[in-house]
Amino acid sequence: MTIKYLVLALGLAGGALSLQAQHRPAPKKTATKAKADPAMAASLTRGAVVYKNVCITCHQADGGGVPNMNPPLIKTTYVLGDKARLAHIVLAGLAEPIEINGDDYKQHMPAQNYLTDQQVADVLTYVRNSFGNKASAVQVAEVKAVRDKLPK
Amino acid sequence: MRSFSSRYLLAVPALAGSLALVASRPTAPTVAPDPNNAGLKLPAGFGALVVAETGGKARHLAVTPQGVIYVKLNKVKDGKGILELRPQANGKATVAGGFGNYGGTGMYEKNGYLYASSDHAVYRYKLDAKGGVTNPTSPELLVRGLKVGSQHESKSIVLDNADNLYVNIGAYANACQEQDRTRGSKGIPNCPILDSAGGIWQFKASQANQTYKTGTRYATGLRNVVGLDWNQQDNELFVMQHGRDQLSDNWPTLFNEKQSAQLPAECMYAVKQGDNAGWPYLYYDPQQKKKMLGPEYGGDGKKEATGNYIDPAAAYPAHMAPDGLLFYTGNMFPAKYRNGAFIAFHGSWNRAPEPQAGYYVVFQPFVNGKPSGQWEVFADNFSGSAAKTASGRADHRPCGLAQGPDGSLYVSDDSKGTIYRIVYNAKK
Repeated sequence: MTIKYLVLALGLAGGALSLQAQHRPAPKKTATKAKADPAMAASLTRGAVVYKNVCITCHQADGGGVPNMNPPLIKTTYVLGDKARLAHIVLAGLAEPIEINGDDYKQHMPAQNYLTDQQVADVLTYVRNSFGNKASAVQVAEVKAVRDKLPK
Repeated sequence: MRSFSSRYLLAVPALAGSLALVASRPTAPTVAPDPNNAGLKLPAGFGALVVAETGGKARHLAVTPQGVIYVKLNKVKDGKGILELRPQANGKATVAGGFGNYGGTGMYEKNGYLYASSDHAVYRYKLDAKGGVTNPTSPELLVRGLKVGSQHESKSIVLDNADNLYVNIGAYANACQEQDRTRGSKGIPNCPILDSAGGIWQFKASQANQTYKTGTRYATGLRNVVGLDWNQQDNELFVMQHGRDQLSDNWPTLFNEKQSAQLPAECMYAVKQGDNAGWPYLYYDPQQKKKMLGPEYGGDGKKEATGNYIDPAAAYPAHMAPDGLLFYTGNMFPAKYRNGAFIAFHGSWNRAPEPQAGYYVVFQPFVNGKPSGQWEVFADNFSGSAAKTASGRADHRPCGLAQGPDGSLYVSDDSKGTIYRIVYNAKK
């Protein structure tokens, strides 16, 4: 699983990328497990609150973003791909324009580093399992590892 | 356009015979609205038709006296950043070609020239007697090197009657914070952005190779203007400002979501040389009808701004994104519309999680060059439904406005690229 994402991320880094998600949905057992997993269910509930308080203005209630400005969060490799890259965007922001499905999204994403590791893990788990997305949970340790590498 | 119709009126007594026949014939009857009025909701007596589907991000547009329509695309499509639409007998038009290998917003026609802008330059093309562009591959570069960031990139343009060109240069920030759009980040004192953006710059309309050095900062403290027009009645520039975003996101202890959705007003300003509208230091509260100190600069939703800042000429609901402004000088529409303003509201995003709003064309009555009376929704349902308006997932988003030689109102849509034409067919 990790290797698959890593390969995908490397492929993306390579350039000529269509950001149209070539992602394969996570194996069904993960989704089933998620439902049966009380920790994941609790994370999703908390993540929904963070999303509403922090993300919803730009990325919208349906995760569809705003044309030309704020990118959608629906089945893009940014969301479904490398979790460390995703956590980095939340913690450090994103200051370069990106292209998804031939559309440009130019507005900068501000850093949300005032969020706790738990809040970042929760909201990313929520985003990766909402709006038609299905992907593995983001763990607190994964967020912490990204935060530790940020310039102080 | 005014001179176009008055010229014919003057000609009538002189050439009474044949021209009287032409002049007595109403100008519009051959233009039939689409059976469904192009999906729009309009006041009684008005109809609308889809002129063309361009499939591009159609920003501003211009119509020549011959009825040729030029549409500026935000993004180059098939190598073309400007589309040329040739009129057909039924009032529609066909995409005849295109030119200009750059995206952008500005498109304006005056005195035999077509003006266009990219996000960092302004160009001019010469028009021939048929409204065709004579130099599609070699326009004059009028202005270059304009600042562009990753937001508010559009350089919208208009001319006055004294060979001056006005260019909006949008501020590449929300409220000039140390960290843009970041919760709790303070405003930078003496906002440095204002040196080269966040205002309207004046250049000469017929001089090549101008830059900031040769231009004049005509007005400042305007966060981002996309819709602007020259008012012929009082010979003055009017602009529509996109008001600041994210009061609640960035200052959650001072503003709740509802307040953030309703503040600040989208403002219309009448702008004279040297005016300062106050961005980023203030925002306009339409309920209190006051200029409020921005939270980035110590405001709390209650403190008023101090300083020599102009008041808006009119205020509209928050975040609806006015992208087109047009003073109507035609004769086709009923008298109340003459010299009033049409405003294309592109539609909001910054009201979430509250319902979104806009996606319509508004009419603002004017008397003697000043807004007078309440604005009203003129053309609605670009979005396709009330639910699509509320969610922000609009089918079409009105952006540019232009007046045809017969007084038709043209509206561009930068979502699907539909070009609309609104006509008045009822007896006046």
